[in-house]
Amino acid sequence: MSMILKTGQVTYNLGPLARLPHGEGRTFQIGTHSIAVFRTRNDELYATQAACPHKGGPLADGLVGDGKVVCPLHSYKFQLATGASIGNTCAALETYPITLSPDGDILLSLDA
Amino acid sequence: MQKQRLVIIGNGMAGARLVEEILAHQGGDQYDIVVFGEEPYGNYNRILLSNVLAGSQDSADIFINPLAWYKEHGVTLHAGSRVDAIDCTLKCVYASDGTVMAYDKLVIATGSSPAIPALANLYTPERKLQKGVFAFRTIDDCTGMLDYATQARKAVVIGGGLLGLEAARGLLNRGLEVHVAHVAKHVMNVQLDTMGGKILRSSLEKMGVSLHLQKRTNAILGDGQVEGLGFEDGSTIDCDMVVISTGIRPNIELAQQAGIAVERGILVQDDLSCSVPDVYAIGECTQHRGCTYGLVAPLWEQAQCLAERLTHPDSEKLYLGSRTSTKLKVLGVDLAVMGDKEEVDEDDEVVVYSEPSRGVYKKLIVRENKIAGAIVIGDGSVTPRLLQLFDRRSPLPENRDELLFQLSGESKEVNVADMPDDTQICNCNGVSKGKIVSCVKSGKRSLKTLCDATRAGTGCGSCMSQVKSLLEYAAGDALVEDPSIHYYVPGVPLTKPALIEAIKEQQLRSVSSVFAALAGGKEDPGSKAGLASLLKTIWGKDYEDQRDARFINDRVHANIQNNGTFSVIPRMYGGVTSAKELRRIADVAEKYQVPMVKVTGGQRIDLVGVAKDQLPAVWNDLGMPSGHAYTKSFRTCKTCLGSEYCRYGVGDSTALGINVEKRYQGIETPHKLKLAVSGCPRNCAESTTKDIGVIAIEGGKWEVYIGGAAGASVRKGDVLCVVDSQEDVLLYMGRFMQYYREQARYLERTHGFVERMGIEKLRQILLEDSEGICQRLDHDIQSAVDSYVDPWQEAHAPATPAQFANVLQPVEQVAAL
Repeated sequence: MSMILKTGQVTYNLGPLARLPHGEGRTFQIGTHSIAVFRTRNDELYATQAACPHKGGPLADGLVGDGKVVCPLHSYKFQLATGASIGNTCAALETYPITLSPDGDILLSLDA
Repeated sequence: MQKQRLVIIGNGMAGARLVEEILAHQGGDQYDIVVFGEEPYGNYNRILLSNVLAGSQDSADIFINPLAWYKEHGVTLHAGSRVDAIDCTLKCVYASDGTVMAYDKLVIATGSSPAIPALANLYTPERKLQKGVFAFRTIDDCTGMLDYATQARKAVVIGGGLLGLEAARGLLNRGLEVHVAHVAKHVMNVQLDTMGGKILRSSLEKMGVSLHLQKRTNAILGDGQVEGLGFEDGSTIDCDMVVISTGIRPNIELAQQAGIAVERGILVQDDLSCSVPDVYAIGECTQHRGCTYGLVAPLWEQAQCLAERLTHPDSEKLYLGSRTSTKLKVLGVDLAVMGDKEEVDEDDEVVVYSEPSRGVYKKLIVRENKIAGAIVIGDGSVTPRLLQLFDRRSPLPENRDELLFQLSGESKEVNVADMPDDTQICNCNGVSKGKIVSCVKSGKRSLKTLCDATRAGTGCGSCMSQVKSLLEYAAGDALVEDPSIHYYVPGVPLTKPALIEAIKEQQLRSVSSVFAALAGGKEDPGSKAGLASLLKTIWGKDYEDQRDARFINDRVHANIQNNGTFSVIPRMYGGVTSAKELRRIADVAEKYQVPMVKVTGGQRIDLVGVAKDQLPAVWNDLGMPSGHAYTKSFRTCKTCLGSEYCRYGVGDSTALGINVEKRYQGIETPHKLKLAVSGCPRNCAESTTKDIGVIAIEGGKWEVYIGGAAGASVRKGDVLCVVDSQEDVLLYMGRFMQYYREQARYLERTHGFVERMGIEKLRQILLEDSEGICQRLDHDIQSAVDSYVDPWQEAHAPATPAQFANVLQPVEQVAAL
């Protein structure tokens, strides 16, 4: 898995994969960006905006599975890969390119 | 991927429903769908034709999908085009308009035709029905009857079955004198027993329908226009209009000519395939396991099954036949029939109530304590419950009379149909009746899809029964039963007992292993917490805990608030505290600048607004165990003062409350448990509306109540038992808790559980040991008690990386272009 870095993007090393527990998410603060980063049980990585568009719930605290995250406040559901909302009228989540480096570090890219 | 072509012959209720189901499975991406319909219209609800005839609905109102709908959904409809032949070798169909259409998959849904008896003088020389004679099947038949009825005076309906009586109702409403000639001894003889037939007969006659029973029609009288009927016994009746309704005949000719196996209907297997590859059949044209069906529910079950099969090649879904039931109004008489109409086995129990003068008749056939059949005439109020018990094969209460009569104490349900559209039904999410109804009309016809789409009922859940009634009202016969309502969690297709059995048999100790073994590896996030709770109950300390399966509250042992902070409620046994404890709480509140300190409804103190990363330090400084005010478990035991100080107290409620809480703190349950102990019948701790409540009564005794509620629902608990000692209170409490842990659905509160099980049954199981499980229940709850660990100990040893972090920072910026 390699990441193609696009012009105008900045890549951050979020540290080793082991910083995230299996099947959970954590919120990262990168400058002014709050980003929820998820590691599924089979070690796929996803990154979305941190706050639920419904009422600002912390998505990183949500339950994750089957490629979806469920917001812990009111159970609004979203697709992790695309950010698309499922069964609700919220706007889609922002998603960000994320990958694992050959050294096993989590790499996340943001627009500069 | 190249799309395959799916050709459907027939645009009646089965064919059209199949298209809808396939589209619901996103089958439009896999298939080019082509439908041939003989009638030149979109599809309509044939069941409602009798309402059109009766004038209670306009023919324009019964269309389900107009022609434009097909276009919108990318479905090609050849309306008014009849398929004349199928070539199963070349895999194509030939239509009357000259179209030749190749198929990859073919579905035959040609339905049925009226079975027209051989009557003398029935046809004109042009092989048309004599003027004034009608079959009752299509919208055109209906229009023809309506036109003719305006100048007719007296009509005879041949056939006293369901449809015949519907036709009679329609013509009666149009002001005609109506007679019904029927060959059997009583009307609706397929559905009703003799007594039921008699009672319906007298109701019909009171309404002005004349019945002529045991009359076999053999001729139409009249020349160029009907003037009467002749019967086999030589008698005649004069009339100027005749409606033939003598049953239906599956349309099998097309299939038969193509070399597809047929008997009475087109033969289909459990996967709805025919005897020829890539050809399927559904609806009234089929014969499955020897049965043909003329009701709508089986046809919908078939459409659902076939749609799933066609869109998911690895689907193993089978159609195993339908248990038919029907609920209708015949000429204004409420009538419901299901299953067998007579006893079949010697052991069948028959319960009958008959009141001919009021036209009321109720009969139950009970087999193995389940409803094998029922007939209800003239009392619609008991029907919904019976239908539900029948459909779900539920065990029956011991008192059968509860089933046949509405108890006088039951409050009359508000009729949802009468509510204005802007009535708010779901008060949590602000969903109106109008929104729910329009959502049902747009295709969300199961409770789950409806609730997902509108969010109605997804808050506190107390409006669920009204949402259900609205769904039934708006969907009518189109209602889809969602099998997942019987599952313990939506993502694993098993009921709770079957799930427990599979978990034990396959030794599944973690949530991910359950998904892998029982849900094809699909980890439904909405099912994780329920499975975690169940596994903990089953395996106790041998449960393999995976933290990601827990809801956030259970990962950090605090209750998440609307701003992402948490509330901290330390355990305060029995609601009794001390100056020292209070001082410590006050110090913590100041040190961490806790925004709000609040006394809770459960007699605790709540520190609200604590950041996640402060939780371990707060717990540490408090030096008190977790109060578990964030999870589905034993929460609190509220107490009144009791005999130690109160001048009315007859029992030491605080001491018992403290003991209860020390014993059962933190035990996981399907939903939260809130308890109370009151020291006298004044019941100041409100024990009667708690999940488990205890009240001291004179003579050193304690009453134990279960299933009370005073939140979103209000219910007075039932007395489980009256005991002599505190030890016995703890014993029976624990026994009930364990039974609830094993038997209740996830998120089912005790009030619903006790209501569902019935207090009598629970007393038998838990007091009289009718199932021989009491000793085991006592043992298992003791194991749960023994394995209790205060989760706030994780302050010193976090269970996962960054368990209590608010936010993490990146290590470095690595590249920029």
